[in-house]
Amino acid sequence: MTAKVVTITSGKGGVGKTTATANIGVALASLGHPAVCIDADIGLRNLDVIMGLENRIVYDLVDVVEGRCKLRQSMIKDKRVPDLYLIPAAQARDKTSVSPQDMIRLCDELRSHCEWILIDSPAGIERGFRNAIAPADLVLIITNPEVSAVRDADRIIGLIEAEGKGPGQLIINRLKPEMVKKGDMLGEEDILDVLAIELIGLVPEDDAVITASNQGNPVALNASSSAGNAFRDIARRLNGEEVPFEPLYDQQGFLKRISRLVRSGGDR
Amino acid sequence: MSFRDRLLGRDRRSAQTARKRLQLVLIHDRAGISPGKLDALKDDLIAAISRHVEIDASNVHVSLRSERDKQRLVADIPLATSRARRRELG
Repeated sequence: MTAKVVTITSGKGGVGKTTATANIGVALASLGHPAVCIDADIGLRNLDVIMGLENRIVYDLVDVVEGRCKLRQSMIKDKRVPDLYLIPAAQARDKTSVSPQDMIRLCDELRSHCEWILIDSPAGIERGFRNAIAPADLVLIITNPEVSAVRDADRIIGLIEAEGKGPGQLIINRLKPEMVKKGDMLGEEDILDVLAIELIGLVPEDDAVITASNQGNPVALNASSSAGNAFRDIARRLNGEEVPFEPLYDQQGFLKRISRLVRSGGDR
Repeated sequence: MSFRDRLLGRDRRSAQTARKRLQLVLIHDRAGISPGKLDALKDDLIAAISRHVEIDASNVHVSLRSERDKQRLVADIPLATSRARRRELG
């Protein structure tokens, strides 16, 4: 096995990096592809809580890097899905405890143990972000359908390209189909139009994500959740499967098209 | 929103506002030129060109335009027309 390293990042905080990392990891492992999730958010660890593994932490990322334990000892095995592991971040340290070279070395050692290595990047564009993208073969940028989040995604896309890690792929998280339909939320076309990047996932807003995080049971394990389904689709696309994007809402209504035509003077 | 408003294209929903704001902010971000910097540049441009040729300074427009992966600084600098100049002199 030679794992592919995928880093999930966003620039802006709170758009769903950790949720996406946990759920894509769960979905990949459920499909039979061994996955290791690494929490690179040193000092603010949360991936353990989203995955429901917070009570089983003995060693963390910084312990491995500083040689206090073997890599294998820091890998927490998931309770529900076989071949899913978490390497948690250290909580009492900061981003400078690990270097980009440390991350590359760690991932190279891990590559023979699994098929996928998923790195949950911290928010921001500083050291933690640099650590998280250093070993990446592929970067997934996650955003919400909001001006601030899309703006930050654009900045991150530029930085990733400058680092030679591009082109990334985009996940649009927390879409509300009803609001998009009414014209009160940016839709995927609006966002793809300005970012000019390939789409890999469209995740609808779903209350089940909250209940899942309450319970530490990633929503990708919930067969009836629309968000869970979207994360499972992302995992299948990562594996090279052609998975069509489910239309989350009807195409533009007749009236809206007419009004757009009238407004633009008929030039589109 | 009334049917008539929609038909006349008066429906300005918030997503449309978001789209416009996003486009504008990205144009400035990508070029690394803030709106304030652009104003300063415009003033310098007016001063520099005015040394050589008389221009209609109140109608100078300097803006950033964004294509796929190229940003363009577009300056529209109308020259002072002879009629306007005559009016000034008269």
